[in-house]
Amino acid sequence: MRKWNMIIDVRNCEDCNSCFLACKDEHVDNDFPPYSSSQPKHIHRWINIMRKERGQFPLIDVAYLPRPCMHCDDAPCIKHAADNAVYKRDDGIVVIDPIRSKGQRNLVQSCPYGAIWWNAEKGIPQKCVFCAHLLDDGWQKSRCVQACPTGALRMLHVEDSEMEKIIQDERLEVLYPEYQTKPRVYYKNLYRYMKCFIAGSVASAHDGIEDCVNGEPVVLYHEGKKLQEARTDCFGDFKFDDLDPDSGLYTIRIGFEKRAVVKEVNLEQSCSIEKILI
Amino acid sequence: MQAKDKKIPKMTFFAALLGLEKMLKIQARRHIEIREFMKQKNCCIQIKLKDNSQGRYFIFNNGNVCSKNGIHPHPDAALIFYDAETAVALMMPGHTQLDQIHAMKNFKITQEGPEELTMWFARLGQMLITVGQYQHYGVDIGNGVMKYTNGTVAGPVFVYVKNGKILRITPIEFDNIDADSWTIKARGKEFTPPRISTLSPHGYNFKSQVYSPDRLLYPLKRVDFNPTGERNCQNRGVSGYERISWDEALDIVAGEIKRIKREYGPSAILQSTGSHHTLGNLGYFMSAQRRFMNLIGHTFVLQNVDSWEGWYWGAMHHWGGSMSLGAGDPSGCVEEALKHCEMMIFWSSDPESTNGAYGGMEGTIRRLWLKDLGVKFVHIDPYYNHTAALLGGKWIAPRPDYGNALSLAIAYVWITEDLYDKEYVKTRTTGFDEWKDYVLGREDGILKTPEWQEKETNVPAKDVRALAREWASKKTFLGVGGMGCTLGGACRAATGIEWARSMVYLMAMRGLGKEGVSLGNMQVTTPVDFTFFFPGYTEGGFSGDLAQTGLAINMYQKMPQLPTINPYYRQMVPRINVPEAILEGKCKGYGNIMDAKSIEHQFQTYEYPQQGYSKIKMYYRYGGSFIGTMPESNRYVKAYKSEEVEFVVNQSIWLEGEAKFADIILPACTNFERWDISEASNPGGYGAGLFSQLNHRVVTLQHKCIEPLGESKSDYDIFFELAKRLNLAGYYSEGCTELDWVKRTFDASDLPRYISWKDFMKKGYFVVPAPKEGLTQKPAYRWFAEGRNNDEYKMGPLAADFKDGMAYEGLQTPSGKIEFVATTLKRYDPDDRERPPMSKYIPSWEGHHVTDLLRKYPLHLITPHARYTFNTMNDGKGSCVNDVKDHRVLIDGYYYWIVRMNNKDAMARGIANGDLVKMFNDRGAVICAAQVTERLPHGTVHSYSSSAVYDPIGEPGSSPDRGGCVNTLTPKRPIISRSSSTAANSCLVQIEKWRGA
Repeated sequence: MRKWNMIIDVRNCEDCNSCFLACKDEHVDNDFPPYSSSQPKHIHRWINIMRKERGQFPLIDVAYLPRPCMHCDDAPCIKHAADNAVYKRDDGIVVIDPIRSKGQRNLVQSCPYGAIWWNAEKGIPQKCVFCAHLLDDGWQKSRCVQACPTGALRMLHVEDSEMEKIIQDERLEVLYPEYQTKPRVYYKNLYRYMKCFIAGSVASAHDGIEDCVNGEPVVLYHEGKKLQEARTDCFGDFKFDDLDPDSGLYTIRIGFEKRAVVKEVNLEQSCSIEKILI
Repeated sequence: MQAKDKKIPKMTFFAALLGLEKMLKIQARRHIEIREFMKQKNCCIQIKLKDNSQGRYFIFNNGNVCSKNGIHPHPDAALIFYDAETAVALMMPGHTQLDQIHAMKNFKITQEGPEELTMWFARLGQMLITVGQYQHYGVDIGNGVMKYTNGTVAGPVFVYVKNGKILRITPIEFDNIDADSWTIKARGKEFTPPRISTLSPHGYNFKSQVYSPDRLLYPLKRVDFNPTGERNCQNRGVSGYERISWDEALDIVAGEIKRIKREYGPSAILQSTGSHHTLGNLGYFMSAQRRFMNLIGHTFVLQNVDSWEGWYWGAMHHWGGSMSLGAGDPSGCVEEALKHCEMMIFWSSDPESTNGAYGGMEGTIRRLWLKDLGVKFVHIDPYYNHTAALLGGKWIAPRPDYGNALSLAIAYVWITEDLYDKEYVKTRTTGFDEWKDYVLGREDGILKTPEWQEKETNVPAKDVRALAREWASKKTFLGVGGMGCTLGGACRAATGIEWARSMVYLMAMRGLGKEGVSLGNMQVTTPVDFTFFFPGYTEGGFSGDLAQTGLAINMYQKMPQLPTINPYYRQMVPRINVPEAILEGKCKGYGNIMDAKSIEHQFQTYEYPQQGYSKIKMYYRYGGSFIGTMPESNRYVKAYKSEEVEFVVNQSIWLEGEAKFADIILPACTNFERWDISEASNPGGYGAGLFSQLNHRVVTLQHKCIEPLGESKSDYDIFFELAKRLNLAGYYSEGCTELDWVKRTFDASDLPRYISWKDFMKKGYFVVPAPKEGLTQKPAYRWFAEGRNNDEYKMGPLAADFKDGMAYEGLQTPSGKIEFVATTLKRYDPDDRERPPMSKYIPSWEGHHVTDLLRKYPLHLITPHARYTFNTMNDGKGSCVNDVKDHRVLIDGYYYWIVRMNNKDAMARGIANGDLVKMFNDRGAVICAAQVTERLPHGTVHSYSSSAVYDPIGEPGSSPDRGGCVNTLTPKRPIISRSSSTAANSCLVQIEKWRGA
């Protein structure tokens, strides 16, 4: 049995909002019984794009994390629903029945991902349905995926075994695995949003003139172990990424043996070290 | 013999007239639309020869027709041919549109009687020709859903319609029948684009805007406006509106047009539109609107090059390109970059936000290809923009008024470290030694070192040195502005001229045109077919305007039409000085961009009022954008209150911005509610070839997907209804409906060579096949760098600007070379201190050197083109776009515009993310939501231009605006005094926490 999965590559999301607006285009003012009732024009974010800025001016980066319904295989909303108001289809898609779910506001809180929205006017909980009405009509993808110009959003209709292989090959992760809900939405390059970096710029001064230091080795140590190595680029910049937030003390050693400069960073959030002179 | 010959046409004319009656009867029996149309009038129409020697009259009665040979003594209307030859030629099959227009232009066919009848009869005649051609359109996909097509500023779209309502609007995914895509082979790989026409993000908002609560659904009149009594001009923008009928509205507008013309003359009618319209070669403002306005005469509002300023007023003098308004040539750069680019510098260039104006998200995939190839990226912009965020690389963040300081320092490094192309500079440029002396401080004693620039730009000297060296060591593309060859926020500033020309200088020092030394940011010049002809919208549609559109070049021949001329074209008002024209009664403009045929055209001036012409008494405004888009825009608000302007009519789709200042509002419909035809991203004119920012050229039939909402009408029909009241309907329409003009445009293009009208009506779009290998564009300036004549000549410069005629030697500059010291500026004014013939460092007149002002307003505001709306077109309107997190923020039930500011600046003012703040200076105040960020340097704040919502909390024009029109804060002062230009990005402000009025 082939099932639907979504893969979201954080590296390629630029917050263009094509997905968000395409979702609105599809669902605002449109009822698709029995799949979904129309989405309110405002407030609801069936795909919710989160922003994360990392570091300090000017060594920063920005990542975006689109969050649709995770279509969990072990979905808390299904367990919390009365009257079978939420069900999982054989193809993996989780649907909130727009009629049976009436009045079940508790479903909003049941989702640890915050993917369920309350429609006050209609008195129903609502969320992304992977545009199941379109998939059943022969579409190969949902509106948000069609609208994505960078390929950051993809949809795969594959056997679970095949998906397992793709997860391995592309090193996919789920968001907040600790929730243990078995999402069918997978992320690539999630570290860009979830993890931290330590970055810096290395320069040297001669006769009062500063220059960027190109090709300088920089080594990152943590808990007495060498963690990562890098070389500065032509602007003297280096960056160690994929570090856990609030993960304690890091030591950075810049330069060759004799003239090495050592910096220490107590990592809470991403950190851009001001100019390092060697 | 002669007499006998003359008899033959007369006999044929007799037969044709007899045949006409038969034809009418047969077609009325066959086609319900003709039957119904014929029922509209009971009348007697005479067709005859001018000398009354022959004729036949047709009597229409309750849908029946009969005719009689001879001349009726009192026909209701008459169609008169000069002679039988003319009549026969035009009545028999086989005649061309040109034959008909030629006869009309030379008065060999005329009409008599009320226009209501002559128009009706002309349309009936047109229907006989076209009947059956318009019946079937769109694709039925089952379940009562029709799939139509349309063209938008965001890209071409499918429109799904059910029960007369738009269900969804999607990009067009190409099918197997559509032409193959191009493939570029580079670095051992093959690159071919996805088979879809991407949309700019705002394209997904269209359905929401069509059904916007702000839609104008019926004509409105300001409650205290009385055209025959008290006009209460002072209450414009304050008083409310009442619904009136179309007849009443049209009668008032037509009546005012007649009255104003009688009392003051046509030049008393001022007319203006926004820079862009809803798409369609017929509905576009350079088509229907222009045709109507030319027919009534008017004073024209001349647009300045508000997105191109520095290129137009500066760069053009150094490398030519007047017909592209000073832009560089980016030809072939996509292929060239994939093959050779090692580093790409985005300088004031954020294509991921500006989408090349009409470019959808087509360039994005191409930039990601470069990223995957490992090309290095550098981004120079005060804002860590979205292109930087997507692609990564080095961010260099100068303060906004850096002008050419950074460029000077780069040149300093290249000169002192011997890192520039000396041979190229010697043979392909002039005046370099003077520039070199200036850079080295021999002229003013200031060495333009990286350390010197650091004081002006806040960019560390070491970074500039590193950039200069890296640039010199790698095959580097310079992507300037959103297009990669023009535009960019840096050109719209007090320092914009110096910035833009310094870009030319740097490229000259690198050897522009050599392998890997190119302009471009992958936004334009994909290898599409440039020879397939479909007219761009500046080619004038059916405007008939040979002077102010590009009609004369192709379309006047290919789609013959009656010419129209505004006889009062000498009187023009620069768009940025409309308020001065009204409030001060005079103003002066520089540089008519409609006349950009030579470099020197820019020096022309035009004054308002012209001697003996009338001043403005009536304003026919289309849409409501200027408060959101023009500098110091409270001026526009104040101008509306002037009693000098006796009548203001606004034709608009939505009740927003300036529309709320009109006396009468005429509700227009969107492009989804009318017939039209267009090619995606094809402006033509100074945007010639801009379709090459798309991966596929796509021409769409713009199906009338739904009926106009409420009582709204298409622009074509509104002008037609007005024309009827002014006895201009025949001239305006040539007896054609919108769809007739669509068909004529189709016939005039290259489409019929590839697709039948029937198939085009059904499918709705056509993908132009990519050219064969060997027929794609060569890299721009390659001929120039290699010392050949221009073997890639495109339209412009004109023949006269070549020293050797059509051998195409050299650039458009007087020397034919890149000029460090511009000959044209030397001739104009060699002692100009604002714009010397050679670029120098000139501090901004509203920047960090203006210390008094800086103490009061210490933050430098930049106002780039907005990301989620195309100017004001997609913003507000109670639509879905308001919920885009980085567009507006919902606070206490109101969607506020965003101002972005650095953490330090926010902290110093006690401002937290999401707080409401007041941003202000002497020119105005705007209430915004603060977004606190590290994406800006300390001291610089960022808020997009182009809010569609103007919502003053008190007196309009002098109270804080909570709609987000940040252009109420930007200066009206032109970049240099002898220009009509905007320096919107030179704006000092203060921000404080907003605690309510």
